[in-house]
Amino acid sequence: MATKAFQKIYTQITKITKATCSLKAKGVGYDELATVNGKLAQVVKIIGEDITLQVFSGTEGIPTNAEVVFLGKAPTLKVSGQLAGRFFNAFGEPIDGGPVPEGKEVEIGGPSVNPVRREQPSELIATGIAGIDLNNTLVSGQKIPFFADPDQPYNVVMANVALRAKTDKIILGGMGLANDDYLYFKNVFSNAGALDRIVSFVNTAENPPVERLLIPDMALTAAEYFAVEKNEKVLVLLTDMSSYADALSIVSNRMDQIPSKDSMPGSLYSDLAKIYEKAVQFPTGGSITIIAVTTLSGGDITHAVPDNTGYITEGQLYLRRDSDVGKVVIDPFRSLSRLKQLVIGKKTREDHPQVMNAAVRLYADAANAKTKQENGFDLTHYDERTLAFAKDYSRQILAIDVNIDTTEMLDKTWDLLSTHFRPEEVNIKNSLVEKYWKE
Amino acid sequence: MATKGTVKGIIANLVIVGVTDPVSQNEICYISDGDTRLMAEVIKIIGKDVYVQVFESTRGLKVGADVEFAEHMLEVALGPGLLSRNLDGLQNDLDKMEGVFLKRGEYTFPLDKEKLWDFKPIAQAGDIMTAGDWLGEVDENFQPHKIMIPFKMTGKYTIKSIIGAGKYTINETIAVVTDEENNDIPLTMVQYWPVKKAVMAYKDKPRPFKLLETGVRVIDTANPIVEGGTGFIPGAFGTGKTVLQHAISKQAEADIVIMAACGERANEVVEIFTEFPHLVDSHTGRKLMERTIIIANTSNMPVAAREASVYTAMTIAEYYRSMGLKVLLMADSTSRWAQALREQSNRLEELPGPDAFPMDLSAIISNFYGRAGYVILNNNNTGSITFIGTVSPAGGNLKEPVTENTKKVARCFYALEQERADKKRYPAVNPIDSYSKYLEYPEFVEYISKRISADWIDNVDELKTRMQRGKEISEQINILGDDGVPLDYHITFWKSELIDFVMLQQDAFDDIDSVTPVDRQKDILDRVIALCRTEFKFANFNEVMDYFKKMINIMKQMNYSVYQSEEYHSYDKQLDMLVKERKIA
Ligand SMILES: Nc1ncnc2c1ncn2[C@@H]1O[C@H](COP(=O)(O)OP(=O)(O)OP(=O)(O)O)[C@@H](O)[C@H]1O
Ligand SMILES: [Mg+2]
Repeated sequence: MATKAFQKIYTQITKITKATCSLKAKGVGYDELATVNGKLAQVVKIIGEDITLQVFSGTEGIPTNAEVVFLGKAPTLKVSGQLAGRFFNAFGEPIDGGPVPEGKEVEIGGPSVNPVRREQPSELIATGIAGIDLNNTLVSGQKIPFFADPDQPYNVVMANVALRAKTDKIILGGMGLANDDYLYFKNVFSNAGALDRIVSFVNTAENPPVERLLIPDMALTAAEYFAVEKNEKVLVLLTDMSSYADALSIVSNRMDQIPSKDSMPGSLYSDLAKIYEKAVQFPTGGSITIIAVTTLSGGDITHAVPDNTGYITEGQLYLRRDSDVGKVVIDPFRSLSRLKQLVIGKKTREDHPQVMNAAVRLYADAANAKTKQENGFDLTHYDERTLAFAKDYSRQILAIDVNIDTTEMLDKTWDLLSTHFRPEEVNIKNSLVEKYWKE
Repeated sequence: MATKGTVKGIIANLVIVGVTDPVSQNEICYISDGDTRLMAEVIKIIGKDVYVQVFESTRGLKVGADVEFAEHMLEVALGPGLLSRNLDGLQNDLDKMEGVFLKRGEYTFPLDKEKLWDFKPIAQAGDIMTAGDWLGEVDENFQPHKIMIPFKMTGKYTIKSIIGAGKYTINETIAVVTDEENNDIPLTMVQYWPVKKAVMAYKDKPRPFKLLETGVRVIDTANPIVEGGTGFIPGAFGTGKTVLQHAISKQAEADIVIMAACGERANEVVEIFTEFPHLVDSHTGRKLMERTIIIANTSNMPVAAREASVYTAMTIAEYYRSMGLKVLLMADSTSRWAQALREQSNRLEELPGPDAFPMDLSAIISNFYGRAGYVILNNNNTGSITFIGTVSPAGGNLKEPVTENTKKVARCFYALEQERADKKRYPAVNPIDSYSKYLEYPEFVEYISKRISADWIDNVDELKTRMQRGKEISEQINILGDDGVPLDYHITFWKSELIDFVMLQQDAFDDIDSVTPVDRQKDILDRVIALCRTEFKFANFNEVMDYFKKMINIMKQMNYSVYQSEEYHSYDKQLDMLVKERKIA
């Protein structure tokens, strides 16, 4: 970062730790940015004239006579239409060789929307994936993560969802993204001819981890620009929020804070909520929808990161490999879209809510039957029917490679119900059974 | 003269202020940051250093900024016009704020200073009164709103004069009272009260005993809550805490409903903003919003204000209770409040208790729940605050400080179970672990046998015993297999499934099923218990399952039908026929 002529340069560092360095300075604002020998840093503590700076890329090699310059502002992003189609790093600097975009400079991590100025989300986002549209319908203004094991194809599903959803902008926030995955996104988006709808902020696995802390705020500041100023429908993809949380824990450990569960900072809930709550439907038509990824370690969802995330987001989507049909499916048991109530049976056919629940219930019966089978017990005729149903349901509805519209999904499910069960076994309102049951 | 100070240090929202004059613990102060004034609360004092927690972001704040102390603790304004408001955790009126985004340092007064209220005096000159006694009343959203001797006024007061019936604003003097030292004190329709202190302006706080009807069967029938009772709903994420609370708030037979969204999702608050103005309160026929106050400190709003929000809500509840009203207070989620306490305590570098929560968490929770209750006012009227909080235990594990400490004080326990939620058995209230201590209160038993029927309590007991038995059998079947247990076991198990599906499960999103008045609940309970006591004949366990599935299906259809409608009766007939098929006479 270039320093300007009138800026005062400090050269006496009084203390250096792994993540921070301290010096004496006056007139410094909290959260203000500074450079330490050109490395970007942020004010995290002020006691009298003692200023503590968190150096994003770490303090390795910083000498006690490093040049410190305060920039007089919190981290900012210049927003304008010129962001479209561009790739940036965590500081909002271009990494695609293009020019620095012009625009209005706004602080990232800005204020929250007044809840009374929000609109209730009501617009369905169709993805064609029945495991999502039928069972876990997404809505504009929603925030929802994939809970996935690191080896699952979550980035592929996410890219599919992004491209099929009818949105004006897609903003990719990559944190600790493998370089190959970064290139994958870049290729998929450009092959789809969608590059001009996409803005990317990327911190790859090779970049210093603490820098990632800026990614979500950068992505969401850009999203707010398009949603508020241009009334656009913006979809923000955040992958992987577990890497983000890891960076939070690195910082808090280095700053000697008392860790709470799983060595995460005690403020993890608030830290994550501040990001996810940027999802919003504005009354003027603009919206921000957040689809994120939280990778699990060993499938453990009680770990502090997925656990806190689950309490914040409006549902979660689980991927699972169904070995019976050899496909990756959206697991109907733990997956949930909290906002689906706002659209199913309203924006979709009236039978949607009941059909959805009935099928999942029967799928659960199949899971019980399977346990019975594994424990060596005899199966009843009903058990056998549920197992047959489960296979068809998994292959034709839950698999992530399904791409059909919601009405087709409903018809298909009625087909399956009618094939394997009797009307009184499905627990659906009679009026609907009479109308849709396939003899 | 108010004390002034200067900012000496800043660590996130904890600011150290240097002072020379006196300040008090929990005093409010305002920090000037350019043109904005940031509100803060004193949380620790060491010598001349005062530690304050700022209710806003401290971004850009500099050492040397001026601080002015307000000479009072965090207070709320109490007066007519609070109903239907959307307030933040510090009682700012969110609708009065300009712009789409919340601005730092914008504080808006929750009451309308211009509005004329139709005042009718209740007290007369010469009356001797104490805090909380009623001077007069105004009509607020068609409910009588009592104007009282302010809670802060201790001792006895003689009414010197009281204004006649007429239209006045909240700041006009409506009465002059004389204290015991002969000082005249003018009173208006507004008073202030520090939120962290309980309002004690009542004569007695007996044990509560009157059923508070919620329309939720698993509550009213299986684990009833009472007017002035306390309850809590712990559950992992997604198990249905918020849906259950919203259902209760829509349906409960309360005069006033206060909902504190404490560190939860903004979209859930928006749902209330959007729906409540249209939904009708079935007990009065008026719009739900007219009896509701929303305190919104959503998860992206400042953490320090989150802690305040539940107290703000409780204080407003106490105010309405003092008018002799039935108040229902809901907080979602008390865990977020506890987390705010934890963040604050960590920043102060206090010695942490279990899971890094503050050591005195237990006392804080029990003090808070203690403010709810059924009271007899000085004028012998009664009022109540029923409080139901949700708890969001980390990892869904109920062995954690917030759940455990809440369990010590709340009398109803509605444990939401992950497994039930996964199976979509909503509401996912665990039928065996959950309880209502009120079922053991003789006062309640007596009340309920008069209001509903003498055999109600026995039927509820039987219901619970059967659920317990059903669970034991299902575990045995899991180990031994369907063939490994006698046929009887299958029948007993399916009878418990009948109870579960028909009585306990309830679709919160169906217009009819979502709310069941107590009379209808009694009807369902009687039917289900009668069926459970009936003996049926079966040749094998497959027949048992098929038969009870049919029975469950018919009875669910009844639940979805308008009570006593033609449709309902046609299902009733089907049920009759089904029973005759296999009943052993
Ligand atoms: N009684 C019910 N009837 C039908 N569906 C329900 C019911 N209760 C809960 N659900 C379903 O479960 C979802 C999650 O419920 P809810 O939002 O109340 O969970 P929560 O416990 O408050 O979660 P969190 O802790 O994350 O806030 C709802 O969106 C809805 O789909
Ligand atoms: Mg909730």
